[in-house]
Amino acid sequence: MTEHYDVLVVGAGPAGLAAARAASGHHRSVAVVDAQAMPGGQVWRHDVAKRSPRAARKAITALDKVRWLSGHTVVAGDTRTLRMESRDGAHDVTFDALVLATGARELHLPFPGWTLPGVTGAGGLQALTKQGWPMAGKRVLVAGTGPLLLAAASSLRSHGAKVVGIVEQAPHHRVAAFAGQLWRWPARAAQAVRLKSHLAGVPCHYGAHVREAFGNDGTLQAVTVENATGMQRIPCDLLAVGYGLVPNTRLAQLLGCRLQENTPHPGVQVDGACRTSVANVFAAGEICGIGGLAMARIEGTIAGHAAAGSRHDILAWNRRHARARLFADILARTFALDPSLHNLATPDTIVCRCEDVPLAALDGLGDLRSAKLASRCGMGACQGRICGSALTELGRIASPGVRPPLFPARMESLAAAHFSSTTCDHRGTS
Amino acid sequence: MTAADTIRLHVDGQPVEVPRGASLAAAVAHATPHFRVSRNGQPRAPLCGMGVCFECRVQVDGEAHVRACMTPARDGMRVSTHD
Repeated sequence: MTEHYDVLVVGAGPAGLAAARAASGHHRSVAVVDAQAMPGGQVWRHDVAKRSPRAARKAITALDKVRWLSGHTVVAGDTRTLRMESRDGAHDVTFDALVLATGARELHLPFPGWTLPGVTGAGGLQALTKQGWPMAGKRVLVAGTGPLLLAAASSLRSHGAKVVGIVEQAPHHRVAAFAGQLWRWPARAAQAVRLKSHLAGVPCHYGAHVREAFGNDGTLQAVTVENATGMQRIPCDLLAVGYGLVPNTRLAQLLGCRLQENTPHPGVQVDGACRTSVANVFAAGEICGIGGLAMARIEGTIAGHAAAGSRHDILAWNRRHARARLFADILARTFALDPSLHNLATPDTIVCRCEDVPLAALDGLGDLRSAKLASRCGMGACQGRICGSALTELGRIASPGVRPPLFPARMESLAAAHFSSTTCDHRGTS
Repeated sequence: MTAADTIRLHVDGQPVEVPRGASLAAAVAHATPHFRVSRNGQPRAPLCGMGVCFECRVQVDGEAHVRACMTPARDGMRVSTHD
């Protein structure tokens, strides 16, 4: 079964929804595909206990006018066709223009104890909680870096968690300087004030990080938090720790889109009209580099217009984009990771959770291919997404290459696939 | 919760109730903190919460390697951990 659309959008977060709205406004046939059952992406993830924000509800109405393919995972494809898998099997969708709005995932850094049940990402625990994870009365420590920690802590608290602390790796003077500039973005300033007041009474540790997690019988019991002056033990039931976000670029790479250079976790290269290096492929939102919600919505709008062939609607958005970019740059500088975090993992800390490979097993191995052959690192179900990003951040191993399937898929989903091999890098060298 | 708002399923034979719209991961967490056993025999549970890490994979109605965090809980599901 094959369906065709003028514009296909991958990802139903803020960028993808904005792209769908802009493109469908030009009377183009549009489809939006997302692996989740509900639209909203990560930042606007559906909450079973609470109403979505107004902006999210409004953005989601964009799907009323388009084909909405929920619960569909893109597993392979080329620049004309994507193959997607759902509960009902696999099918192909062809398109004239493609908008990639695949968002970002959290950067998880390995440290002793991070494999214990009860240790999750910061955004990860927020996502689980919105979908019914038992949270009432749980003692949660939120750690890592960035404004996501406050958002996660606030969300967990409103679902009944007892937030026992927030551990931010950035030093206090840098965060204070950032807060001092927030008046230039009044909406962000108001949001920060709201979050801080909702989190009143929660101890905040700056210039600090979680050194180790301890458990008994496979359950988290406490963590040690380290700063310049020493170590503190904090009992908790859950640790939500995230060290920022990395763009999800694998589908873009598979299609041959060029990535940015000189950055450990590159996004997709785009021009002012959100065009990638591949003629009919556009990209918007966190896939182009971490910029946050406002920038994702602007880029989504630009990409949607551009994918529908309308250039004159874009100009008005470029100024707003430049202003949002400025905010994103300040965020990136404020919450840049301290290099000492690269030393959290000890030789026997597991880095590849799928295959239980400790860091010491990678000594002397500089590329993913030799790491796979010698240790099985990166060969499990996550396809190196967790360990690959971590090892890239640690400067140990270059990012893994990309080849289909993009996610583990059923054999029948991949049968009779005949995608253009010129766009696929089967050697895994990119 | 009224009956219409509630999903009933079984996790390792144990009955579990979650609100409609909850993920299978949430349903499993109500029954056990351990979702799977790693290659070396360590208990594991969700890390990423967004379909990336595969630590939440379970068996659902005989189908192996289902990501619990990406799957809405449905009435009558029979879920086995330690997939």
